[in-house]
Amino acid sequence: MKAPRIPTEELMGSGHLACQGCGATQAMRFALKALGPKTALTIPACCWAVIDGTFPHSAVDLPIFHTAFETAAVTAAGIKAGLEMRGDKETTVMAWAGDGGTYDIGLQALSGAAERNDDIIYVCYDNEAYMNTGIQRSSSTPVGAWTTTTPVDNYKREPKKNMIEIMAAHSIPYIATCSVAWPEDVIDKFRKAKEMKGTRYIHIFAPCPTGWKLAPELSIQMARRAVTSRVFPILEITEHGEKLEVWKDFEPTPVREYLKPQGRFKHLTDEELDGIEKDVERRWQRLLAREKMMASIPGME
Amino acid sequence: MKKVIMGNHAVSYGVRASEAKVISAYPITPQTHIVELLSEMCANGEIDAKFIKVESEHSAMAACVGASAAGSRAFTATSSQGLLLMHEMLHWAVGARLPIVLANVNRAVGPPWSIWTDQNDSLSQRDVGWLQIYCESNQEVQDTIPQAFKIAEQLQMPVMIVMDAFFLSHTFEIVDIIEKEQVREFLPPYEPEIKIDTADQHSFGNLAGPDHYMELRYMIQEAMDRGLDVIKKVNKEFEEIFGRGYGLIEPYRCDDAETILVTSGTVSSTTRAVIDELRDEGVKVGSLKIRVFRPFPTEEVFEVLSKAKKVAVIDRNISFGAHGIFYQEIKSALYGRTDIPILGYIAGLGGRDVTPKVIREIADKAIGDEQPERYINWIGVKI
Ligand SMILES: Cc1ncc(C[n+]2csc(CCOP(=O)(O)OP(=O)(O)O)c2C)c(N)n1
Ligand code: SF4
Ligand SMILES: [Mg+2]
Repeated sequence: MKAPRIPTEELMGSGHLACQGCGATQAMRFALKALGPKTALTIPACCWAVIDGTFPHSAVDLPIFHTAFETAAVTAAGIKAGLEMRGDKETTVMAWAGDGGTYDIGLQALSGAAERNDDIIYVCYDNEAYMNTGIQRSSSTPVGAWTTTTPVDNYKREPKKNMIEIMAAHSIPYIATCSVAWPEDVIDKFRKAKEMKGTRYIHIFAPCPTGWKLAPELSIQMARRAVTSRVFPILEITEHGEKLEVWKDFEPTPVREYLKPQGRFKHLTDEELDGIEKDVERRWQRLLAREKMMASIPGME
Repeated sequence: MKKVIMGNHAVSYGVRASEAKVISAYPITPQTHIVELLSEMCANGEIDAKFIKVESEHSAMAACVGASAAGSRAFTATSSQGLLLMHEMLHWAVGARLPIVLANVNRAVGPPWSIWTDQNDSLSQRDVGWLQIYCESNQEVQDTIPQAFKIAEQLQMPVMIVMDAFFLSHTFEIVDIIEKEQVREFLPPYEPEIKIDTADQHSFGNLAGPDHYMELRYMIQEAMDRGLDVIKKVNKEFEEIFGRGYGLIEPYRCDDAETILVTSGTVSSTTRAVIDELRDEGVKVGSLKIRVFRPFPTEEVFEVLSKAKKVAVIDRNISFGAHGIFYQEIKSALYGRTDIPILGYIAGLGGRDVTPKVIREIADKAIGDEQPERYINWIGVKI
């Protein structure tokens, strides 16, 4: 009989503390299915610091070291070094941080680890705000969104920071984005990352019904529409930042269908929605142009 | 083998002999030589360690935290602004009960920028839960590193070794270099029972409710309470092998002393010279060096000071709005058990020399002042 595409083994239990429909829990579940039991985790302050469960319980059947908010990448690097010096060269060490811990407060330590090409998998589960502290803006929060620090009268005016380009500038061996709406893709990318050495950066789009003012049952649908509307492109960057492949093999859907069900965008006028649509299109075209440009560099065809 | 080396290199030799497995550090004057020599030792194979060259001190301590949690002996060194930047992770090392060793070269804190010595950097970390040992000579610095690892690993608590900028870090002295083959007998390899290990899974540092947090803090204090005995025992074992040892405190000519000057760091050596001078003049004075600051050796200090008629504490630090920090510690060690006057003197901030003349001035004031108006006295301030 053919082995199932998705391993049936569960390394994450159901007794976690996340809200209903939490994308971040799906993300972890799929990632661990790919990485398997020889994995050690470090988690900084973020929703996942709570989701894991309170002392003395843990929802994950792996060693987890909880660390300070801005230190996920370097703590992982320290763990890897510590394990190696003890003779354990096999264990995969994964840092698992939110967008706040990645784009903002943890960016320096992440950049340090990536520049040194420390042998870790770094994951950013992106729910586009500081959810743990009650939905405040991060530099990953998209333009137009409401959060508790970007109230509707003064919603977020600045575009989402381009984290992927920042990571690509570090020339690390592997960068990938994925969405919890495509479990197989998530698993394939973690499997691929596991086989590599050096700093591997995986960015998972993980809707947060609580913070997005979204019905929990729509969480996965939004994770899908974010991709098909081209708001969140699925891509891989390999060859140390030199090769970019963008996933285009899907039926495009309107940006409005992604924004409308989410309460965090409810205040936007038709004009403002038009503006966002244009912006998404421009960014998508720029990404495709970049893909083409990179492929045209002699030796990269 | 004996070598003439600077205090900073005494740290590096101590770390080499202790066979640290992961080193992570960031440069800052006047600590830089420590990590320069260590990276050289890692590169040429004198030490079998991974050196993680991080982008900040905050990350240096985080890397040590990760490595130590994974079961490897971890070391870092810093100074002043670097130690302050580490603050959050210093707490993390304690809460996670990780036996990391850190060498801090005491440097004044800015602004204004200063690279010269005073103790406000390490003393502002007083309450994080690191053991703190203040050293006075290069030999003591080197020998204290393997002792610190042994103490740390027995207590599952991190240890900070503190030394004065320039007066020690850049001063060359003869040091009997210890070698790892010899030290192995004293300091066995680090084998923690609980560590990050996929074959024996644990979750570290999960959210703990009010039902559990307090017990975990109680256990840290319990470890500190055991600390003094462990430090003494470890020192005795070291002495048996190497023939050198260091106390929790070091009294000098205190037996019949009417006035005792309390010191720490390199000021202690200068003070001893002044004590000899005063003794030659027939003045009954002595000095007491505090070597171990955390845990504070309250009983030992009381034992020595309670016999005197007056105590004068020299502080190369200041807790603004209160007093010198050693002064406060001495006061609380003696509280309710004696009513001898305790006088505080602030001297040598930002690297200003504490010369024999300065100490003489302090001693004269302390001996002369019957009922001083001020319990805190600034020495040599030009205002
Ligand atoms: C140094 C520090 N500053 C602030 C906090 C408070 N804090 C904890 S989690 C968090 C936000 C986390 O946001 P993100 O990384 O996006 O993860 P999420 O909660 O959204 O899953 C903040 C601000 C902290 N723990 N440490
Ligand atoms: S707030 Fe959002 S990210 Fe956090 S647990 Fe709830 S759904 Fe998940
Ligand atoms: Mg977030």
